[in-house]
Amino acid sequence: MTTSNLTINDVSVDEQLPPLSHDVTATTVVLGALASRDDRPMHHDRDFAQIHNGVRDIFLNTPNQAAWFERYLTDWSGPRGRLGRVTFRMFGPVFPGDTMVLSGVVTETTTDDVGCAWVKVAVELCVDGEAKTRATASLAVPVGPDDNPWNRRGDQWRP
Amino acid sequence: MTPIEPGSEGATDSAVGSDLPADVVALIGVRQYEEEAEFPCERGYIWTTCASVENGNPLFWDDEVAAEITGGPIAPPTMISVWLRPHHWAPGREAGTQLPLRVHFDLKARLELPEAIMSEDVLVFHEPVRPGDRLTCCQVLRSVSEEKTTKVGTGRFWVIEVEYRNQKDELVAVDTLTGLGYRRPPQ
Repeated sequence: MTTSNLTINDVSVDEQLPPLSHDVTATTVVLGALASRDDRPMHHDRDFAQIHNGVRDIFLNTPNQAAWFERYLTDWSGPRGRLGRVTFRMFGPVFPGDTMVLSGVVTETTTDDVGCAWVKVAVELCVDGEAKTRATASLAVPVGPDDNPWNRRGDQWRP
Repeated sequence: MTPIEPGSEGATDSAVGSDLPADVVALIGVRQYEEEAEFPCERGYIWTTCASVENGNPLFWDDEVAAEITGGPIAPPTMISVWLRPHHWAPGREAGTQLPLRVHFDLKARLELPEAIMSEDVLVFHEPVRPGDRLTCCQVLRSVSEEKTTKVGTGRFWVIEVEYRNQKDELVAVDTLTGLGYRRPPQ
């Protein structure tokens, strides 16, 4: 269970997030597709994936990869961390049998005009050292122990 | 999103191709396919999603923590597309015929580009989604490039923006997807 409660004062540029390793199975792929209501066959039918997509097996879909990235970031930040923006670029599929490793590094810390503290993190999902997906995430974190980015609404929230 | 090979340049090109058919140019900036979710946001999918990635964030599992931090349960922000995904089947509908990103498939057909991959996805989150919310969304074509040749074939990049709102018309998220429709090179 996530227990961290990171504030902006705990974060520094170039800080490495702890890596997360996960052995991908067919269940990982199919459960992720099911959870995201994605019934496209390349995410549950190996024959289809091989014939129509020209790949060796079914592969993780994008919404589920997004869920992995979110989990990775909020494991680090704790529940007060609030995701504002995330950009994904895909470079290759993630298959059953792969061990995926998520890693991240803080590239920027800022406080915006309305006092919200932002941490920009570059995240990579790698298999055998090769980047399969890269993401850049902007995560709002508290400016101090009494702050809560989730309370921000309207003009006070500028992701 | 289907992966794209590294080095496929032009994925973020926002130019409008000068050789585009006029009816495609006319669609740029137009709100299309405004639709309402077929079901309200519900916790079963939230828990299934969290289970699928072993996400132990107490916001999604502990109602006391959720009450304290987010004023009650919310959905993980990255679940946004889940709430507008059509049912695989429903009465009066043939199974598997509903397409979630129709502007993308319209462009493939209109521009006669049989293959397509998505190369970039930018998600921006606003108001949290809460159980019981019933979302709406619309799709806006932002750009279509001139024809380009990439490693996978010759085609065009396009950018589609999907805007999500809740039942109070509050902005919930904007998902900006860059796709490449293409023809494979002759074998």
